Amino acid sequence: MNKPLRRVAIFCGLLIFALLLRDNWLQFVRADELNSHAKNTRVRIERYANERGNIIVDGKPITGSVDSQDPYYKYKRTYTDGPMWAPVTGYASQAYDANQIEKIEDGILTGNDDRLFFDRTLAMFTGDKKKGGDVVTTLSGAAQKAAYKGLGNNTGAVVAIEPSTGKILALASTPSYDPTSFAGYSGKDEKAWVALEKDKNKPKQNRAIREIYPPGSVFKVVTAAAALESGKVTDIDAATETPEGWKIPLSTKPMKNHSGGCANASLNEALRISCNSVFAKLGDDVGRDKMVEMAEKFGFNAEQFTPVRSSASVYDKQADRGGNALSSIGQFNTATTPLQMAMVTAAIANDGKLMKPYMVDKLVAPNLDVIKQNDPEEMSQPVSPENAQKLQQMMENVVSKGTGAKADLNMDGVKVGGKTGTAQHGEKNAKRPYAWFISYAKTAQGSPVAVAVIVEDAEGTNREDISGGGLAAPIAKAVMKAVIKSRG
Amino acid sequence: MSVVTNTTTIGAIEAPSRRNTELALLAFAVVIPVFAYLNVGLAIDGKVPAGMAGYGLGLALLAGVAHLVVRKWAPYSDPLLLPLATLLNGMGLVLIWRLDQSPRLIATSMRLYKSFSPDAPSQMMYSAVGIAMFVGVLVLLKDHRVLQRYTYISMVVSLVLLLLPLVPGLGADVFGAKIWIRVGGFSIQPGEFAKLVLAVFFSGYLMVKRDALALASRRFMGLYLPRGRDLGPILTIWAVSLLILVFENDLGTSLLFFGMFVIMLYVATERTSWIVMGLLMAVAGAAVVGSTASHVKSRVAAWLDPFGCLETATDQNMLNACDQMTQVLMSFGSGGILGTGLGQGNSDLISFAANSDFIFATVGEELGLAGVMVFLLLYGLIVERGIRTALAARDPFGKLLAMGLSGAFALQIFVVAGGVMGLIPLTGMTMPFLAYGGSSVIANWALIGILIRISDTARRPAPAPAPSPDAEMTQVVRP
Repeated sequence: MNKPLRRVAIFCGLLIFALLLRDNWLQFVRADELNSHAKNTRVRIERYANERGNIIVDGKPITGSVDSQDPYYKYKRTYTDGPMWAPVTGYASQAYDANQIEKIEDGILTGNDDRLFFDRTLAMFTGDKKKGGDVVTTLSGAAQKAAYKGLGNNTGAVVAIEPSTGKILALASTPSYDPTSFAGYSGKDEKAWVALEKDKNKPKQNRAIREIYPPGSVFKVVTAAAALESGKVTDIDAATETPEGWKIPLSTKPMKNHSGGCANASLNEALRISCNSVFAKLGDDVGRDKMVEMAEKFGFNAEQFTPVRSSASVYDKQADRGGNALSSIGQFNTATTPLQMAMVTAAIANDGKLMKPYMVDKLVAPNLDVIKQNDPEEMSQPVSPENAQKLQQMMENVVSKGTGAKADLNMDGVKVGGKTGTAQHGEKNAKRPYAWFISYAKTAQGSPVAVAVIVEDAEGTNREDISGGGLAAPIAKAVMKAVIKSRG
Repeated sequence: MSVVTNTTTIGAIEAPSRRNTELALLAFAVVIPVFAYLNVGLAIDGKVPAGMAGYGLGLALLAGVAHLVVRKWAPYSDPLLLPLATLLNGMGLVLIWRLDQSPRLIATSMRLYKSFSPDAPSQMMYSAVGIAMFVGVLVLLKDHRVLQRYTYISMVVSLVLLLLPLVPGLGADVFGAKIWIRVGGFSIQPGEFAKLVLAVFFSGYLMVKRDALALASRRFMGLYLPRGRDLGPILTIWAVSLLILVFENDLGTSLLFFGMFVIMLYVATERTSWIVMGLLMAVAGAAVVGSTASHVKSRVAAWLDPFGCLETATDQNMLNACDQMTQVLMSFGSGGILGTGLGQGNSDLISFAANSDFIFATVGEELGLAGVMVFLLLYGLIVERGIRTALAARDPFGKLLAMGLSGAFALQIFVVAGGVMGLIPLTGMTMPFLAYGGSSVIANWALIGILIRISDTARRPAPAPAPSPDAEMTQVVRP
């Protein structure tokens, strides 16, 4: 009986060996995949196991952590003025993961980032509790408050940037949501989440960076920049050869203007009264490829990382001549995020130099050591300083004598330049138009702020009244005022 | 068959009893779990656990008693078996105690049953009963060959044990598997005891019948095929296994018994044909039942694609099976190579049967790949010491019994560990010594007791031959 016994011994050995192999496969080869699997709640448990670091605005936290006395997730996220700051912070929910800064800087906020290794090790020896680091933002509480209040019950978004650095000062989107309402994982949190998901006004959508809108007339400043840079226009006060009723190329339709006086209007005048015909013809003269080049220098056709990702704004690269002419006045396939228009404005206000927009100023370890400092970074130079100054002159004209009068700050030593836009959209333009306004303020020391405002749907306003100058300009004004005041 | 006929040449040399080796190993088997206990306490509360002295003394006392009994009643037995079992039992207690302190499992229990009672104290008691069983086996069973007398009684007893859970009013359905009976507040898993009794029956039966099963056969395609009437026993065991599978919904038990029988049949007859036939029958049975019984079907679905079947599950039962499987796999994966450390993992996310069926996942997560390999090797050592005992045994009954018990032990390890690690479909069995459960601990201590008894007989030096008067050089005949 010993021969089969030996064979069975080998067989039993093989069974154990198979288990050992399988275990190596599971715990070595597949360990990372299983450890970071989307279904693995350990990631979330770890996220809430310790007091989470905070997101800081103006030196004060806009987030917090409370001990939720829960066996699964120890700490729960809280937010101060949640709806106002939601487009900046995003959310960190025990049941629904996290997004935006809460997700991108999760490593710092939880304290698990490799850069915090030393702090963790030190805390282990001193017996301190592990704690997350803080994310200090570039935002300005005053500007954000002005933007959020200005939007009120309207659907819309506001982005304000400091032109000289690219620091994002305000990032508001309405209607908004309170991330505290679903920070946990109870039935109440689920109800709040489901309600937000179902809400047809899409409150969770970050309109400031994730929604692309037809820009309409505010895009004309890009076309003006292209006309100046390409040399098609050198003197902004010289008449352009544009007949009233200029025909759209490849089409028999004439380009319609909404105001009189556009025939052969100069660039300056055409921007002031927002002549479609002049800018469509200029776009056509400059040509598609040059227009695309200019738009892309301003940041079109690319996602921006602030570090929160924005949608890519669009300037059609394949449009035919007619399409290009319409694109040049912000119609056809042209679409842009509010952030993109704020970038355009900021570049012009900063004498033609576009700074990369960002909203995380620095990352700070629990012991207040700075782990990472983000410095202003130049993205491109879409227009020369001379042409930028011409553009500023024209935009200031819009505010002082044209459609943007409501944005004028009337402050000594502060010049304001802007552009209105009323973008029509929907089948046969049947939907309520979008009211746009872009503007910047400028003092002797340079420009402290550039703003882009969009108001999607203005409740209780007659269609005719919806215009960038009427609805959006006052919000831009409030934001600029808040920034200048807070800078003293 | 080649029974070692001349063993006196080995026995003539005074074989060392190895009892002191056993004692030294036992010291490690007690000290390691005590350190693990301390480790858990420090990780969870940050201080030395209050129960450490009690736990350490308890474990040392049990190990000491077992050792003294072995020294007295089985002095020549294998020195590794007792320390290995003690170490596994001790570590099992630590793991159960660790899971007792999980706030999540306490919260779940409060939600479901409005009460929570820690399992470690009861497991400590079961371990004591298990050691008592071990002592009882060694003291009362002076010679394992006595069991031979109870061959057919064993058959009846094992059948009754196996079928008890099906008796209405006695059997309890625990999450689909009907392998429990409830007697006066205690849940008993008769299958664990049936394992031992069946091994006795198989050994006795095969020892008598092996010549008929081995020799009366026809040769067909290189295999010796048995005669039709000799197929009776294997067909009966097969049918009983299938009955268990179908009516008790327990893939593990049925696989274990059938596998044990095939291994013993092969060892007894030395005919490979039995293995081939056994495999074919097992595959056929598994295929039929697997495609019809919903309980088995969901387990198979959870095995094939655990994450995918979370979305494609057709009913709640299957969804639960898949969810358990994914939780267990992620628990292993999160352990990585060295694990999170005792008390610092999240294996309590497996909220169902975390300290019984799925206790190995806690080993995986908190002790990592290294820890799991150590545990597998410990089990492997028990199995190989058991087979070594079978090789050394001098009587065919002892050989078969030792082989059957070690084979069943090996199969159980494979089925359980393979199940939780996703190598084969999950079945409802528990890791011997590690998992929470009185029946399992008590039955496995009895198993170790029997192996130690057989190994004692096998290694005991044969008595010196009585001096034969004829061998004297000269004979003085006195008138």
